[in-house]
Amino acid sequence: MTTVFGVPLAAILGQLMLGLVNGSFYALLSLGLAVIFGLLGVVNFAHGAFYMLGAFAAYMGLEFLGVNYWWALLLAPLTVGLLGIIIERLFLRHLYQIEPVYGLLLTFGIALIAEGVMRSVFGASGKSYPVPPLLQGGFNLGFMVLPIYRAWVILASVTVCFVTWFLIERTRLGAWLRAATENAKLVQAFGINVPLLVMFTYGAGVALAALAGVLAAPVVQVSPLMGSSLVIVVFAVVVIGGMGSIVGAIVSGLVLGLVEGLTKVVYPEASNIVVFVIMAVVLIWRPAGLFGKEQ
Amino acid sequence: MRAQIAVYVVLAALALIAPFLGLYPVFLMKLLCFAMFACAFNLLLGFTKMLSFGHAAYFGSSAYITGWLVTVQGWGTIAGILGGVLAAMLLGLVIGAIAVRRQGIYFAMITLALAQLVFFVCLQANFTGGENGLQGIPRGSVFGLVGLGDDRTMYYFVLAVFVAVYVLIRRIVHSPFGQVLKAIRANEPRSVSLGYKVDRYKLMAFVLSASLSGLAGSLKALVLGFATLSDVSQTTSGEVILMTLLGGSGTFLGPVIGANVVVTLQEYLSDIVGAWVSVIIGAIFVVCVLLFRRGFVGEIQRRFARRSRAD
Repeated sequence: MTTVFGVPLAAILGQLMLGLVNGSFYALLSLGLAVIFGLLGVVNFAHGAFYMLGAFAAYMGLEFLGVNYWWALLLAPLTVGLLGIIIERLFLRHLYQIEPVYGLLLTFGIALIAEGVMRSVFGASGKSYPVPPLLQGGFNLGFMVLPIYRAWVILASVTVCFVTWFLIERTRLGAWLRAATENAKLVQAFGINVPLLVMFTYGAGVALAALAGVLAAPVVQVSPLMGSSLVIVVFAVVVIGGMGSIVGAIVSGLVLGLVEGLTKVVYPEASNIVVFVIMAVVLIWRPAGLFGKEQ
Repeated sequence: MRAQIAVYVVLAALALIAPFLGLYPVFLMKLLCFAMFACAFNLLLGFTKMLSFGHAAYFGSSAYITGWLVTVQGWGTIAGILGGVLAAMLLGLVIGAIAVRRQGIYFAMITLALAQLVFFVCLQANFTGGENGLQGIPRGSVFGLVGLGDDRTMYYFVLAVFVAVYVLIRRIVHSPFGQVLKAIRANEPRSVSLGYKVDRYKLMAFVLSASLSGLAGSLKALVLGFATLSDVSQTTSGEVILMTLLGGSGTFLGPVIGANVVVTLQEYLSDIVGAWVSVIIGAIFVVCVLLFRRGFVGEIQRRFARRSRAD
C-alpha cells in the first residue's frame, strides 16, 4: 500500500475528502454571513441556528409529510428563508441605525430561542436522515472509494457558491446590491427600494444556511445543537477571509476545511482548534484578513 | 447621592442577614459569584464599550486551575485562588493582545473564536477531566485559620471578596485610568489624537476584567465544589452579556441586579420548564436589545435625571 510519512495514502485522501465536505459547508455558511454583513452590517449569530433549522426542515418534511430529499433541497431553504425575512421585518430592521453589536446580540438571542424550541420538541439526541437512493454507494477510483454523496455535496456547494458570486458580481441586481453596500442613501435616491433589497438579501443569506443544512443532513446527525459550535468556526473563517469579501469567504471556507482534514491525519488532537489558531496568526500578520481591505 | 447611599445601606444589610432569612447559602454564594463576574465584564463592556463574547474562557479556566491546584496539587485555598487568577490574567493578556487589534464587531467575533479555542483545550487536556470536569474540589480554609467547609462561613468569605472587588471596580472607574477608558468609550479617534496609547489602555482594561472574571470563577469552583465544561462554554459567555445588559451596562449596580435576575430565573425555571429555559433567556435577550438597551438601572437613572432637571 502507498504511504506518505507512514500514513496510508487512502486514509489521507479520505480525510481530505471529509475536510473538503466540511469546507463546502463552511463556504456556504460564510458566504451567506458575508453577504448579510456587507449590506446590513449585522453579524448574523443565528446563522448556525438557520443551518440547523434547514436540516430539521428536511428531516420533518421526510418524516411527517413524505417530502423527499430533492424537494427538500428546494423547499427547506424557501421556508427557512421566509422565516428569516419575517425576523428581519419584525426585529432586525429596528437596529440598523444603532451600533452593530446589538445586531449580533439580537441574533444570538434568536439562535437561543430556535435551539431551545427544537431541543424541547425533539430532545438533544441526533436524528439520522437517509442518503437519497440516487446518491448512495461510491465510485471505486482504484486507490480509494469515492462516496457519491460526498462528491455531490462538494459539487453542489461549489456550484451554488459560483452562482451566488456571479449574481453579485456580474448582474444588474448584484450591481444594486454592491452599490447599496457602498452608499444606501444614494441608491435609494435613484429610485431603488433599498429596504426591500435588504429584506431579500437577509432572506437569501438565511436560505443559503438552510441549504447547507439540508446538504449536511445525510452526513451528520440532525440535532438541535449542530449549528451552535459550527457558527463560531464560520466566524473564524470569515475573519480569516476578510469580512465582507465574497471571494474571501468561499475560498477560505474550502481551504480551511481541507486544512482541518489534513490536521486530522497529522495531529488529530488539534483538528478542533486549528482554524482558531490560524485566525490568531492571520490577525497578527494581517489584521484585515487575507482578502479584506484595510479601512 | 443621598438616595444612592440609602440603596447601598439597604443592600449591605440584606447581604449580611441573607443567610438567616431561610435562603439557601450555596445559592446566595452562586449569586455573588455571578454578580462579581458580571461586574468584571461590565468594566469592559460598560466603561470601555468593548463587547467581549468570550469571557467564559477566563471564568472557566480559572475555575479549572484553582480546582486542579487545590485538589491534585494540594495547594491551600488562597494560593489556589491566586493561581487561578494568575492563569486568567495571562490568558487575558494573550487573547487581549490579539483582539484589541480590531474594534467593535470584529473584536466580539475574535474573542468568541479564541474562547472557543480555550473550550476545546479544556475538553481535551488531561487535567480538566474532559466531559466529567473536576469533581469534589475541597473548600479548605483561609491560611489554616478559618475553615470554609461551613456554608455560612464560606458565604461571608465570598461576600467579603465580592465587596472588595466591587469597591475596586468603582475605584478603577473613578481613577485617572478610568477616565481615559471613558474617553475611549466616548470617542476613540479623539483619544488617539490627544496622545493616549489607546490600545495599551484597552489591553489593560481587558486584562483587569479577565483577572476579576477569573477570581469569580475560582470562587464558584470552591463554592460548588466542581468545575465543568459549561463554565468555559459560549453559553456562559452569552449569559454574562445578558446579565450586564439587562441590569444596565455602564452602571455600577446594574450587573449585580442583572446577575441576580438571570441566575434566579435559571435556578427556579429549569426545574419547571426544562429546555424551555434557553428559549426564555433568548426571548429576554431579544426584548432587552429591542426595547431597553439601558437596562434596569440605566432606565431608573434616566428617569431620575429627567425629574431632577424638571425641578
